[in-house]
Amino acid sequence: MREKILTYIEKNSKINLAELAISLGVDETAVLKELEEMENEHIICGYPTLINWDKAGIEKVTALIEVRVTPQRGMGFDKVAERIYNYPEVNSVYLISGGFDFMVTIEGKTLREVSQFVSEKLSPLDTVLSTKTNFILKKYKDHGTVMAAPAKDERIMML
Amino acid sequence: MRNPLSKTIVTIEPSGIRKFFDIVSEMEDAISLGVGEPDFDTPWHIRDEGIYSLEKGRTFYTSNAGLKELKIEISRFLERRYGLSYHYDDEILVTVGGSEAIDIAMRAMLDPGDEVLIPQPSYVSYLPCAILANGTPVVIELKEENNFRLTAEQLEAAITPKTKILVLPFPNNPTGAVMEEEDLKAIAEVILRHDLFVISDEIYSELTYLDHHVSIASLPEMRERTIVINGFSKSHAMTGWRLGYACGPKAIVEQMLKIHQFAIMCAPTTSQYAAVEALRNGDGDVQQMRDEYNGRRRYLMHRYREMGLECFEPFGAFYTFPCIREFGMTSDEFATELLKKKKVAVVPGTAFGASGEGFIRISYAYSMENLKLALGRIEEFITELREKAQEK
Repeated sequence: MREKILTYIEKNSKINLAELAISLGVDETAVLKELEEMENEHIICGYPTLINWDKAGIEKVTALIEVRVTPQRGMGFDKVAERIYNYPEVNSVYLISGGFDFMVTIEGKTLREVSQFVSEKLSPLDTVLSTKTNFILKKYKDHGTVMAAPAKDERIMML
Repeated sequence: MRNPLSKTIVTIEPSGIRKFFDIVSEMEDAISLGVGEPDFDTPWHIRDEGIYSLEKGRTFYTSNAGLKELKIEISRFLERRYGLSYHYDDEILVTVGGSEAIDIAMRAMLDPGDEVLIPQPSYVSYLPCAILANGTPVVIELKEENNFRLTAEQLEAAITPKTKILVLPFPNNPTGAVMEEEDLKAIAEVILRHDLFVISDEIYSELTYLDHHVSIASLPEMRERTIVINGFSKSHAMTGWRLGYACGPKAIVEQMLKIHQFAIMCAPTTSQYAAVEALRNGDGDVQQMRDEYNGRRRYLMHRYREMGLECFEPFGAFYTFPCIREFGMTSDEFATELLKKKKVAVVPGTAFGASGEGFIRISYAYSMENLKLALGRIEEFITELREKAQEK
């Protein structure tokens, strides 16, 4: 049942619990219990909202920063990551395979704000060898959701 | 001038439901629960294969019976899903949708005067196809008290010395009824005893919400007297690609192939390449869509119970078939009034045969939001009808 619940709420965290229970053919209290347990176990880590800031007319700048680091003795990647993700400006931090170590996303109000963060906070860290900042120009799809309005239903009545 | 028309074609009535559909299409803000195709887009990897085949310039005819790779995949699919075994080389024919398969199966098997048993309510093309193939359609009226399944008694009662073919349309459009293994065994006995053939239209087989779909061709001795019809429209949300198939004993399939070869040449090449991908890597997509439909199906049944609308539980396809007899209107009147007053379009049961009287077809090939909104309006509508009835 967990997988089914997660599949539903991953697409729509606002789903009405009574309806979710009906759709799954189970009791509402059972769904509630599972959700609570998964929150406690930190399987469900939060219920953020997907916002198209462009459409809201509110300026936001997002950058994807490739970071190369030297993990130090007694201080593996996890510790370095922690140094980075503790900054509130940082949206996400992933350890990745390939030509660099971390992919860090930063969200700021202006280009300047983001570049300042990189030059003043991120780059000066002892373990950081180099950074490469890629600004996002346009978001087409995020969290499996296409940002453009969905197409109109063009199906015709047919038996 | 002489009459340019054939005597046969003029006896066939155009579908009366068209008028109703025209009203719907002109109504701007109507919510429709009337369509008979999935609301999902074809999964991207399947579309991508279609596009790729065009890029590679695969724009030629395929062999008449279809691409070898596709027939092999169909053969594997039928084996893994339903335990059916058909040889790709001479027992599988790729067609332009399931509908072509229905047509050519009848044309390959009927002689003038042969009777074709057609259980109704059911899809609208069986009857005209039988007539166009010089057969004589004989309707069996399915009953709600049997959950719209075909019983051995009903079948037995309809058989005459002229009966040749039984059409078996399960999972059923419009009722959503399925035939389980026990039901099939019961009718198989009758079919064997009377030496009948079966055209089993299993286009909705992947949308079954019980354990699994059972094909009548998988029962003992039934394979050699059954044409199984299936396709990609409903299972893989590929209606517009127009791709289906027919499987059966070589002796019948090779005759069907002649008609297909002369009338159609071959099914669309692009669609065939896309379908290969659908069968190789699409089982997960089908599962996902099935789960989604099942959730909506449960939601609709729950809402019907809440509003006291009688409806037997359907276990297949994506339709529910609630009963509207309590309102003292015909299906047609009910659907027309509902459209006029609440701008919700449903299909009157009579569009699928006279035995659909007293029922409406509500499709759940729609998003939950859409369903919720429409069901709210239907609830208002029937509450008003009940209030009016009480005032009298």
